[in-house]
Amino acid sequence: MSIRENFVVPKRYNTIALALMAVGILAIIGLYVTSGSKSDPHASARFWASLLQNSVFFLLVVNASMFFICATTLAWGGWQMAFRRVPEAISAVVPVIGVIAGAILLAIAFGGDHTIYHWTDTHHVAEDSILSHKKGFLNTTFFAVATVLTIVLWSFLGWKMRQLSRSLDAKPLATVAEKKKYIWNNTVWAALYIVVFSLTVMSSIPWLWLMSIDAHWYSTMYSWYTFASTFVAGMALIALFVVFLKNNGYLEYTNNEHLHDIGIFMFAFSVFWTYLWFSQFMLIWYANIPEETIYFQPRAHGIYKGIFWLMFIINFIAPLLILMSRDAKRNYGTITFMAILIIFGHWLDFYQMVFPAVSPDKVPMILYDFGVALGFVGLIMFVTGRALSKAPLLAKNHPFVKESLIHHT
Amino acid sequence: MAVKKFVVGNFDDEAVLFPAVKKVRRAGYRIHDVFTPFPIHGLDKAMGLRDTSLHTAGFIYGITGTATAVGFITWALTVDWQINFGGKPFFSLPAWIPVTFELTVLFASVGMVLTFCYLCQLAPFVKKDHFNTRSTDDTFVMALECTDKTNEAEALNFLETVGAKEVKVEYRETEWWIGRYDKEKKLFHKEN
Repeated sequence: MSIRENFVVPKRYNTIALALMAVGILAIIGLYVTSGSKSDPHASARFWASLLQNSVFFLLVVNASMFFICATTLAWGGWQMAFRRVPEAISAVVPVIGVIAGAILLAIAFGGDHTIYHWTDTHHVAEDSILSHKKGFLNTTFFAVATVLTIVLWSFLGWKMRQLSRSLDAKPLATVAEKKKYIWNNTVWAALYIVVFSLTVMSSIPWLWLMSIDAHWYSTMYSWYTFASTFVAGMALIALFVVFLKNNGYLEYTNNEHLHDIGIFMFAFSVFWTYLWFSQFMLIWYANIPEETIYFQPRAHGIYKGIFWLMFIINFIAPLLILMSRDAKRNYGTITFMAILIIFGHWLDFYQMVFPAVSPDKVPMILYDFGVALGFVGLIMFVTGRALSKAPLLAKNHPFVKESLIHHT
Repeated sequence: MAVKKFVVGNFDDEAVLFPAVKKVRRAGYRIHDVFTPFPIHGLDKAMGLRDTSLHTAGFIYGITGTATAVGFITWALTVDWQINFGGKPFFSLPAWIPVTFELTVLFASVGMVLTFCYLCQLAPFVKKDHFNTRSTDDTFVMALECTDKTNEAEALNFLETVGAKEVKVEYRETEWWIGRYDKEKKLFHKEN
């Protein structure tokens, strides 16, 4: 029996993806007309903040799948080989959204008014003792270099990992020595990626891109917390694509055992996210220092209260109770539902990271925000679909592939 | 004490054991248990054992721990002995989360370990017969329970045809007892 190795993008899939992108573009135009084009800096900041939230969120989410590949490669894991081409294809979106997010971030940092990143205003910084102490880190040159370098490195190292994986499709490895060399090669590049990843997503980049919106406030937990947020959403995205391909008769060798493990990742990292979310909150709550509690004032007690607690329910209570049982992790319906819920929940998480500082007086969430998010979803669908169709769905010559086919939890 | 009669087959390869388990079940024999030197993935499914309910027990222990922690701290700090910590309200849920978490884990883990021991009938000095001492070394033992309708000769033959290296009819203790193995050595020597 032959397997369906090559994914053929269904016409309807592309139509939906393009329609979603069109919705996204319309939403961006709508948002620009209603607020972005206004001369009031707070109104235009609301437009840019929406772009910032969505582009950074979806960039970090698609980037998480390359982190998943590299982490499992470094751990010499074999179980993910049966569906590894799926996260690989998702990570192919990184350069595309990377360019968009990079352009938006640089536009915000250099574009005239300083409502979102008020540390970009040099006159303001000179008068502000807290900001002038942070000048070595929070300045536009450092911001621009770090942003560009980060996106280029993620794209390049991700491309290299995909290249290594696809290089085996044409020529199988004959000897054990060759296979060992291949695994070693993979390990080195994966390690390089992890180093870059830990220096960016896990430590500095969320400080620059998101935390600097509240430039006076800081939390050393912030980047880890952002990483957890995007990683669990990234695993949910992988789960969605795996279920989609299974339902369309692809990925014959990926079975409930693999889906179960993806579900475990979604469950475990939801709990991990809550752990970090709570740790950040509790220390600030305990110390009760005004310059720290100011961050949680609008979020936990002010007008963003609803989003704050809704996000907590979606991101912790729901995964904890729904994904706990074994049967739930093996059920396509439950996994799909929870994956969509988790991605939405962490999108809300990013919403409450960005907006309270930009719009402290009212929650500006309107349909356009969801429209922009749908646009990015369409983009991810379109590019991932193309990347999936370019290479066989099973990396059949990889030395670890058998380990995945007989995987058993 | 319940000594029962068994038809016992000893296998020397799990690749033979697996299809043998399936064939024996299909032929309608009732497998008492299979003893293996190491855990074999999927053997529980092949034997038709139901999924363990240890998880459910763990969940119940966990929420018991959560309820105990929240309930006790709430009672202690808001009703019984109110203490002012840095001007915070007496009912300060965030401060109780770490203890709640720890108690949840403690209750769940200790409870599950004890339940596991109970389900597997494990305890210090408690002994169970495992049919063949070599089942802890290199032999896979399949024991079929005999009823008064079992044709032993046929069962022995069948086990041999599905690949058992050594077959015999034995009387074995199925319950646990308290004792030490050196005391029972004589017993084994007498029987084997």
